[in-house]
Amino acid sequence: MSDIAIEVKDLTRKFGNFTAVDHVTFQVKAGEVFGFLGANGAGKTTAFRMLIGLLQPTGGSARVAGFDVAKQAEEVKRRIGYMSQRFSLYEDLTPRENIRLYGGIYGLTLAQIRERADAMLQRLGASQIADTAVRSLPLGWRQKLAFSVALVHQPHIVFLDEPTSGVDPITRRQFWELIYDAASRGTTVLVTTHYMDEAEYCDRISIMVAGRIAAMGPPADLKREHNVESIDELFVQLARPAA
Amino acid sequence: MSALRGLLRKEWFHIKRDRRTATVLVMLPVVQVLLFGYAIRTDVDNVRLAVVDPAPSNTTLALRNRFAAAGVFRIVASVPRTEDLEPLFQNGTAQQAIVFDHDFTEDLGRGTPAQLLIITDATEPNTGALLQAYAQAVIQQYQLALPASPARPASIIVPVTRIRFNPTRESKNLFVPGLMAFVLTIISALMTAISLTREKETGTMEALLVSPLRPWEIIVGKVTPYLAIGFASVLLVLVEARLVFNVPVRGSIPLLLFEGLLYVLVSLAFGMLISSRTSSQRIAMMGVFLTTLLPNILLSGFIFPLESMPAILRWISYVIPGRWFVAIARGIMLKGIGLEYLWRETLYIAGLATVLLAASIRSFHERLE
Repeated sequence: MSDIAIEVKDLTRKFGNFTAVDHVTFQVKAGEVFGFLGANGAGKTTAFRMLIGLLQPTGGSARVAGFDVAKQAEEVKRRIGYMSQRFSLYEDLTPRENIRLYGGIYGLTLAQIRERADAMLQRLGASQIADTAVRSLPLGWRQKLAFSVALVHQPHIVFLDEPTSGVDPITRRQFWELIYDAASRGTTVLVTTHYMDEAEYCDRISIMVAGRIAAMGPPADLKREHNVESIDELFVQLARPAA
Repeated sequence: MSALRGLLRKEWFHIKRDRRTATVLVMLPVVQVLLFGYAIRTDVDNVRLAVVDPAPSNTTLALRNRFAAAGVFRIVASVPRTEDLEPLFQNGTAQQAIVFDHDFTEDLGRGTPAQLLIITDATEPNTGALLQAYAQAVIQQYQLALPASPARPASIIVPVTRIRFNPTRESKNLFVPGLMAFVLTIISALMTAISLTREKETGTMEALLVSPLRPWEIIVGKVTPYLAIGFASVLLVLVEARLVFNVPVRGSIPLLLFEGLLYVLVSLAFGMLISSRTSSQRIAMMGVFLTTLLPNILLSGFIFPLESMPAILRWISYVIPGRWFVAIARGIMLKGIGLEYLWRETLYIAGLATVLLAASIRSFHERLE
């Protein structure tokens, strides 16, 4: 695979007369942690959904893991992981059962699943809760497990849609350690968030305003260019005219 | 006071803005009252009567006209021999038959007792009993209207009655096929709709949609367990009916199971269609109750005889799969008939299953747009 994980060009999505995503263009390098920021309704969820094959683009193109999302959705889906802001593990199953289910969906063999499940549970320090129904686990655990399950098939790219909403600061830190860990092993991470401190953790961020990318680059560069103290300040500055 | 007013106002907005729930809330009682009010009528109307008249004469014709003029009966066939009745009863063309004795006219003229046989389909026991009473009343009236003659006793026509299909007129025989439809509808339609919307609510459906699973795989994976449960419950109901209630299965059991499976497919497809229109378990449940369970119970002839319903409800009942499945199940279990009589009902259910499954798979695809 080339070192470009995601290549988006003039990506557009209209709903009737409303243009939710308006000629968006960006690239994400392999192994990069790319933050996708924007106010509610700015179009980031729509763009996100197009990249993971849940929504057809109206115009432009997007290649994810080397495949066109519009024409080769199946190939794309095989190579990506996804974790939604709504929690995506089955609550009445145990972590181990969830791993087995998703492993099976992504075509892993039973031996592979067992091996990866053990390694994953050990890395998370979750061996004791491996056979407890997910429902009775604290939210922090569930989020970490959901993230790990999204990585069970070792995808090239993992898409995280507000993965830390509603999670306490300590768990959020732990969660970001998991993200860095995945990135260090070559997984590209695309993450949306409303927490501006998390934006600072990203290698690069883009801020969407009214369907367009208003700013894009490493957080430090953006702050310098726009002469602001924090991403939070930058975000408010960019988003305000549209609000 | 103003706090309360604010609360009331807010609640009103909830109701007003959730159009679907509002519609259900308003329509549910309206529809129910209509259905119960009309359907619960047990008097009988439009009875399909067959006549066996081996030696037609003015006398037999006069009695036949009496039946035709009674307002309740509709003569659907007139055949020369009793054997010809069999297929008419089997395929439901006739519900009741009057069979004139070959010597009916002569006997009546001579003043000797004239024989008349009334055969009634009592698959539905209440209806059967009513039909019998009606027919006897018509004959009684005819007799009274005969010109008085000293040579003739007052009661000269001897109606003999016979009950078909459900000779002991036991309603449990009737109930079990209907109950089968009911159980299958609940399990297939309701469980499918609820389990699909639950996945939407918890966000797991999204995880499945993002995975390389194809839509049909997701559907099959969701639906097969309920198909299996539905099938098992058919077996269970059959065994229970046999052991506990001693309800007969006179026809082919494999055929019955096959028809059950078709009906389960229809119900599953209903459940899927409903769940594709909503992402809330509660709305899905209401939707299933309103569009699937209620019509299938009220308009299938399961509890209320279709014959006594107003024409409009009878017309609606034609599109309801439960009606056809109940007819099929009763036919196989009580009448012992096979596909040669039930192919139309079967074809309808199979056709409906195909259309609905296609529609639900399509609406599943559309969600990705």
